[in-house]
Amino acid sequence: MVPLSWYLLLAAALFAIGLYAVMARRNLIGMLMGLELMLNAINLNLIAFWRYLSPATVRFRVLAIIVLVVAAGEAAVGLALIVAVFRLRETENVDELNLLRW
Amino acid sequence: MITVQQVVFALFAVLTLGGAIGVVAARKLFHAALWMVLAFFGVAGLYLLLEAPFFAALQLFIYIGGIAVLTVMAIMVTRGIMKPKEPVFTYAIGAAGTALAFLVMLGLFIFKTPVWDVAAPTGEVDPNGLRALGQALVSPSAYLLPFEVASVLLLAVLVGALFIAREKE
Repeated sequence: MVPLSWYLLLAAALFAIGLYAVMARRNLIGMLMGLELMLNAINLNLIAFWRYLSPATVRFRVLAIIVLVVAAGEAAVGLALIVAVFRLRETENVDELNLLRW
Repeated sequence: MITVQQVVFALFAVLTLGGAIGVVAARKLFHAALWMVLAFFGVAGLYLLLEAPFFAALQLFIYIGGIAVLTVMAIMVTRGIMKPKEPVFTYAIGAAGTALAFLVMLGLFIFKTPVWDVAAPTGEVDPNGLRALGQALVSPSAYLLPFEVASVLLLAVLVGALFIAREKE
C-alpha cells in the first residue's frame, strides 16, 4: 500500500511549485495558474487525510468542497480582473502595473 | 515489494509533478495552461486511487472543464502582449530558494508528525458515504451554513466577474 506520507510529500511538492510560480512569474495569468496548483495540493491533502485517517466522517470532504468552490470563484474573479486591467493598461506584466506603488 | 497501487501512484505523481513543472517552466502562457491541464489530470487520477471517484469527477468538471478553459480564454483575450524577448521570471533564484526551503520544511514536518505515519488506509470506504456527505451539507445540525455561504459566494462571483469584465461605454 501507499503510505500517507507519500501523498503529503507529493502535495507539498505541488504546493512549492505553485508557490514558485506565484513568486517568480511576471505575468498575472501565470501567477493565477500557480495559485490553482497550490489549491489543488491542499485538496489532495484533504482527500488523503479523509481516506487514511477517518473514512467514516464527512468533514474533510466538506472542507475539500468548500476549497473547490473558493478556487472556482477565485479563478473567475481573478481572470475578470486581469481582463479589466489589461483593457485599462494594455499589459499584464506585474512589473508594469505599478500605479499604486509608493 | 512494489505493489500495483504504488506503481499507479508513481505514474500519477509523475503526471502531476511533470505538469506542474511545465506550468512554471513554459515560456508561452498557452503551453503553461496545457501543462496545467496535465497536472489536473494527474490529481484526478490520485483521487481515483484514494477511492474518491466523486472528487475525481469534480476535478475534471471544475478544474479542467471550468478553470483551465477560463484560463485559456483569458490568455486569448490578452494575447500577444508578452514580448518574446522579455524574461518570463523575476527574482527566479530567490523564489526558487524560498520554495525549496518551504518544501524542505514541510517534508520535515510531515516525517516528524507521528499521527501522519500511516502505512495503509484505515477501514473501508462506506459505499453510502456520498449520501452521508450530501445529507451533511444540507442538514442544519451539520454544514448547512458553510453550504449556503458558498452559494452566496458563487452568486457574488458570478455578478462581480460580469461587472468587472464588462465593456464600459
